[in-house]
Amino acid sequence: MKMFDSSFIERIKKEKKEWQEDSPRNLFEQTNSSSIPIKLIYTPADINHLDYEQDLGFPGNYPFTRGIHKTMYRGRPWTMRQFSGFGTAEQTNQRYKYLLSEGETGLSVAFDFPTLKGYDSDDPISLGEVGVCGVAIDTLKDMELLFEDIPLDKVTTSMTINAPTPILFSMYLAVAEGQGISCDQVGGTVQNDALKEFIAQKSFIFPPEPSVKLVIDVIEFCTKNVPRWNPVSISGYHIREAGATAAQELAFTISDGLMYVSKTIERGLDVDAFAPRLSLFFCAHNDFFEEIAKFRAARRMWARFMKERFGAKNERSLWMRFHTQTSGVALTAQQPENNIVRVTLQALSAVLGGTQSLHTNSFDEAWQLPSEKAVTIALRTQQIIANESSVTATIDPLAGSYYIEWLTDKIEEEAMKYIDRIDTMGGMIEAIKKGYPQREIANSAYEFQKQVDNKKQIIVGINQFKDEHEELEIPRFRVDPEVEKTQLKRLKRIKENRNHEKVLRHLNELRKATERDENIIPYVVNSVKAYATLGEIISILKEVYGVWREECVFA
Amino acid sequence: MEFGERNACLHEELIMKRIKVLVAKPGLDGHDRGAKVICRALRDAGMEVVYSGLEQTPEQIVNAAIQEDADVIGLSILSGAHRVILPTVTKLLSEKGITDVLVVVGGIIPTDDHLFLKQHGISAIFGPGTPLKNAVEYIRENVSKERIH
Repeated sequence: MKMFDSSFIERIKKEKKEWQEDSPRNLFEQTNSSSIPIKLIYTPADINHLDYEQDLGFPGNYPFTRGIHKTMYRGRPWTMRQFSGFGTAEQTNQRYKYLLSEGETGLSVAFDFPTLKGYDSDDPISLGEVGVCGVAIDTLKDMELLFEDIPLDKVTTSMTINAPTPILFSMYLAVAEGQGISCDQVGGTVQNDALKEFIAQKSFIFPPEPSVKLVIDVIEFCTKNVPRWNPVSISGYHIREAGATAAQELAFTISDGLMYVSKTIERGLDVDAFAPRLSLFFCAHNDFFEEIAKFRAARRMWARFMKERFGAKNERSLWMRFHTQTSGVALTAQQPENNIVRVTLQALSAVLGGTQSLHTNSFDEAWQLPSEKAVTIALRTQQIIANESSVTATIDPLAGSYYIEWLTDKIEEEAMKYIDRIDTMGGMIEAIKKGYPQREIANSAYEFQKQVDNKKQIIVGINQFKDEHEELEIPRFRVDPEVEKTQLKRLKRIKENRNHEKVLRHLNELRKATERDENIIPYVVNSVKAYATLGEIISILKEVYGVWREECVFA
Repeated sequence: MEFGERNACLHEELIMKRIKVLVAKPGLDGHDRGAKVICRALRDAGMEVVYSGLEQTPEQIVNAAIQEDADVIGLSILSGAHRVILPTVTKLLSEKGITDVLVVVGGIIPTDDHLFLKQHGISAIFGPGTPLKNAVEYIRENVSKERIH
């Protein structure tokens, strides 16, 4: 049923025409990040094609445009989950305890680059990177220290790890077991989204097919053994940060998700057995309404794909639960305090878009890993939105806004064009091999930078309202160079003291299982328990799968 | 511009070869947005650009610069390992007797580290918010004049 009757719409259209004749004509054209032209005003005529029950519905009802829960933030607020990690496992463990004592409700682990790329700290290529951008993890010992005195049945943990997910996840399960906590009691998330690595973040190791095979191994293992775990966080964040528009972020993320779902079904799992544990991860960027519309559109699209393409019947399979992080690239190094305001607006868009969890960036992150003061302000920003602004009082408060509903539709329409194109190519793996999403993103990134340079896109403190005499007063945060030495010493000690025969036996079994194309997780669990290193396990997988080198094109 | 003046400029351009820039990402981070954007900007400014891609070791970068006979090396790094990796690149260059190649850096480099990097042979550091034309102009003005004539 249409929202308004047709005679009313005709009258509105006529009145709008008259109104426009009276308004100034020389207004410059305005578009959003997705190149959608924005009208001066929106009226009921812009949303009259919508059917409330079919296109919006009630929160908790299909197609979930208005939210996945019936109570949303009245029932419980979003999870405030601040991504952090640096230096040694002991140092990060201290930061986690601090964040938990300050009211954070979930942990989120940032690993250093060697860990993300599957290298041990003593690999020559790791020099200078150990513990710098996250915490260094080489063996189960590091993971034990990371979660020391943190009961893993009381907190949930999100780990931002991709290609080496089987290893880090196995270590987590082993730590839990050491605390006397069984697999079915731990809850958390691994990012485990290999496809977006090829598209955007570029921390890939193996070629696309075996990479996706490992993603499915984790999904399958969790479905059968770790029911409270989210085995993949299908991530648009990095795609957006690499330069994608909102519509591209939405489209590429959903296409990645579609690939994982169909591959898991091919593995023999029932869609309703695993789909309820899938979750998505988006960026909250600067264009306030475009972001809100994107989140709402994403929920509706996901529900429809799950139902119509994959025949999901369990209502939870249709829920698009999502995490949001405010945009890193939107932070400015200049006048950094302004970032607090940017983050507030971005975070608010995520909340108005119905996010399940949120990370707010710290204002000094265009310079360095955040200082404790900056991290606290970022967390306080969420707490102020949750407790003082009253935006949580009613669900999906912007629903029915002519603009928001029109834009939600429009973003969906734009995203569907990309998804159709990728489907035609044979899905995301094929599209990646053709370089399609990579090229689209690089084009958007260059266009955006040109718009900043020619001031079509204003950024306060960068190309407008500059402070030429600015003297930065950011409290410095530097990872102690001693970290690397401490880490290398510990790794050396473990390598000397472990049972070599046992390590070799388990690595050998892992190799055989990999060659047989079995689910490797049980073999990885045995290997990490024998204190095989991350690098050793990755080397075995590299020998079987090979490594991926991307084509070096920039245009 | 007077005709004669313009003619002189054209002449100048004719005898100059195109500036050749090697853009590389040392370190383990995959953040290649900036590197790719700057590649396009330099190309659109008429320079010849070679992008050697991710995870390049200092040895690979220096070898590529020699092989390509690059006039400029543009390094993009956002991993925080700049204090270790960048001086290794410049040290290798000088060990190979290469003194006329301009080395510039873009990425997340705290201001405290700028002096240190400049003392280690990095000519310029372009942080977040740098307009593309600043990087282009800097390269044009500071590339070795002997190399491009």
